Amino acid sequence: MTTTLPTAAAAPALPPAPSTARLVGRAVDFWRLQFKRTWRGTWASTVLTPLGFLAAMGLGLGSIVDNGSGASTLGGVSYLDYIAPGLLAASIMQQASFESSYPVLGAIKWAKQYHAQLATPLRVRDALAGHVLWVALRLSISALVFVVVMALFSTFHSWWAVLCLPAAVLTGLAFVPGIFAFAATLETDSGFALLFRFAIMPMFLFSGTFFPVSQLPDWLEPIAYLTPLWHGVDLCRDLALGTASLLPALGHVAYLLLWVAGGYALALRHFTRRLVT
Amino acid sequence: MLSKVDGVSEQPMIVAHGLVKRFGDFTAVDGIDVEVSRGEAFGFLGPNGAGKSSTMRMIGCVSPVTDGTLRVLGHDPAVDGARIRARLGVVPQEDTLDFELSVMENLIVYGRYFGMSHKQATERGRELLEFVQLEERATSQVEPLSGGMKRRLTIARSLINDPDMLLLDEPTTGLDPQARHVVWDRLFRLKQRGVTLVLTTHYMDEAEQLCDRLVVMDRGRIAAEGSPVALIRDWSTREVVELRFAADDTETSGEKIEALVEQPERPLRALVSRVEVLPDRVLLYSDDGDATVGELHRAGVEPQSVLVRRSSLEDVFLRLTGRSLVE
Ligand SMILES: Nc1ncnc2c1ncn2[C@@H]1O[C@H](COP(=O)(O)OP(=O)(O)OP(=O)(O)O)[C@@H](O)[C@H]1O
Ligand SMILES: [Mg+2]
Repeated sequence: MTTTLPTAAAAPALPPAPSTARLVGRAVDFWRLQFKRTWRGTWASTVLTPLGFLAAMGLGLGSIVDNGSGASTLGGVSYLDYIAPGLLAASIMQQASFESSYPVLGAIKWAKQYHAQLATPLRVRDALAGHVLWVALRLSISALVFVVVMALFSTFHSWWAVLCLPAAVLTGLAFVPGIFAFAATLETDSGFALLFRFAIMPMFLFSGTFFPVSQLPDWLEPIAYLTPLWHGVDLCRDLALGTASLLPALGHVAYLLLWVAGGYALALRHFTRRLVT
Repeated sequence: MLSKVDGVSEQPMIVAHGLVKRFGDFTAVDGIDVEVSRGEAFGFLGPNGAGKSSTMRMIGCVSPVTDGTLRVLGHDPAVDGARIRARLGVVPQEDTLDFELSVMENLIVYGRYFGMSHKQATERGRELLEFVQLEERATSQVEPLSGGMKRRLTIARSLINDPDMLLLDEPTTGLDPQARHVVWDRLFRLKQRGVTLVLTTHYMDEAEQLCDRLVVMDRGRIAAEGSPVALIRDWSTREVVELRFAADDTETSGEKIEALVEQPERPLRALVSRVEVLPDRVLLYSDDGDATVGELHRAGVEPQSVLVRRSSLEDVFLRLTGRSLVE
């Protein structure tokens, strides 16, 4: 045979690039398997968190509040019904921040799962999207369980309440990529302790979860309105109590989406900086 | 038909020209030229910090090239990184095994990244565990495995996609001699099957065992290139005489020997082509070690111990850089 091959054709043929959706799916699949191995006890906490919160805060504390002067401040609804959607949003936020902190730093530094992924056809954006999607999935399941428990406690006043599910997930997601981005800047996990103590915990307590923000000292009020959690709480509450009106609800959604988008852009930047050296 | 296959094989698996990697102001890889052909076992030999991993990570398409050109499997990593990676197998310097998953699950997860189905990955994983002799450990956790087993698992994992080229960054560092030999044996079998191997090491025996051709790297540059035999022939003598003296005696004895070798009337001068005085021993490079020892004895040199050995890549490295390979 005397065929001469053109030089370009002599390069070993590469397989075509898979679609981004496929690549992201592979990353999600990894986290799913990883979760299956390590879920020990997470189901219990997924169910017990809403049960505990609603029983203790709603029923226990509620009986005191409802018999005092609280009822009028809350617009005539029982304390249980008032805080249930707040607790939904706040506990999804808490889970979101937990899932976006240690596991992310771990995948960068300790278990190095991102590095394993990046040696394969996955790219940084696939690794990031896959992990974020997985967290979103986890939040959705927790939110679903929470909403069902709320229904069992009959805290809902309207069918709009079914939208509490996506609203709570969106609230959680407002935090996810931002904390991914933060995690990607850390060398040790001590930064997370600060995050929880000085950002997540205060938000949990003072963003309208347990009492109206209007009860806060005047100087704190505007800060509370800036937190994504307040928007999530207010949105969930309006939906649960059937007091939602279109424009404020859309405003909340837009504000939360802004945090998702901003956080995502930041996360992609920090991930690239950290993982591609 | 074969000529067609040959035609393809002429396309190098790696071509690098003036390849540079900088981290900020620091230059880790300082303009190297490398070419690796299909089926070749190619090595980067060098001490800590030589730039071996930095080079490997660029070839593995996980680290962007700072300057120069690089083609891997005929393609540009900056353009086709993800598609090139689909055809590579990578054993990174530090294992990236998932300790929370079992041995088999580590393989399945990795196979999934390459788009294999769960079933395909399981089947392939089973074959590979057999290949690296870990089949009995399929369901055990990764954490309690020995260092050698983890390394073998990483090698098995890197083969899951049946790669065109395997990149191994210090495949046996930190393993005991027995574990190293098991790894070498597996790599040797891969080589015989025609898998292109690219590895880094700071063990000269590893390079001698496995590499058809290698480059000696130092401070980001290539100091020499060739087959192990050619490098030793070009840069060293057939044999080396190692002399050890009482601790504080090494330097003076070394100087004395250097002086002896300089004397034109002594046969030592013809026998010894070079003397190297190291902190703990004196090396004499010679094509006839035994004759050299005899002449030294005659000249009244009385070391505590004498060893005549064949020359190795370690000696090549010492010659090229004036430093030991493994500190
Ligand atoms: N991400 C990084 N940022 C800054 N400097 C780096 C980075 N990676 C490597 N270096 C530096 O580049 C130099 C070469 O490192 P490299 O890891 O390539 O060496 P090596 O030959 O693999 O060494 P070893 O045998 O220790 O693995 C070292 O001085 C190292 O400190
Ligand atoms: Mg290295």
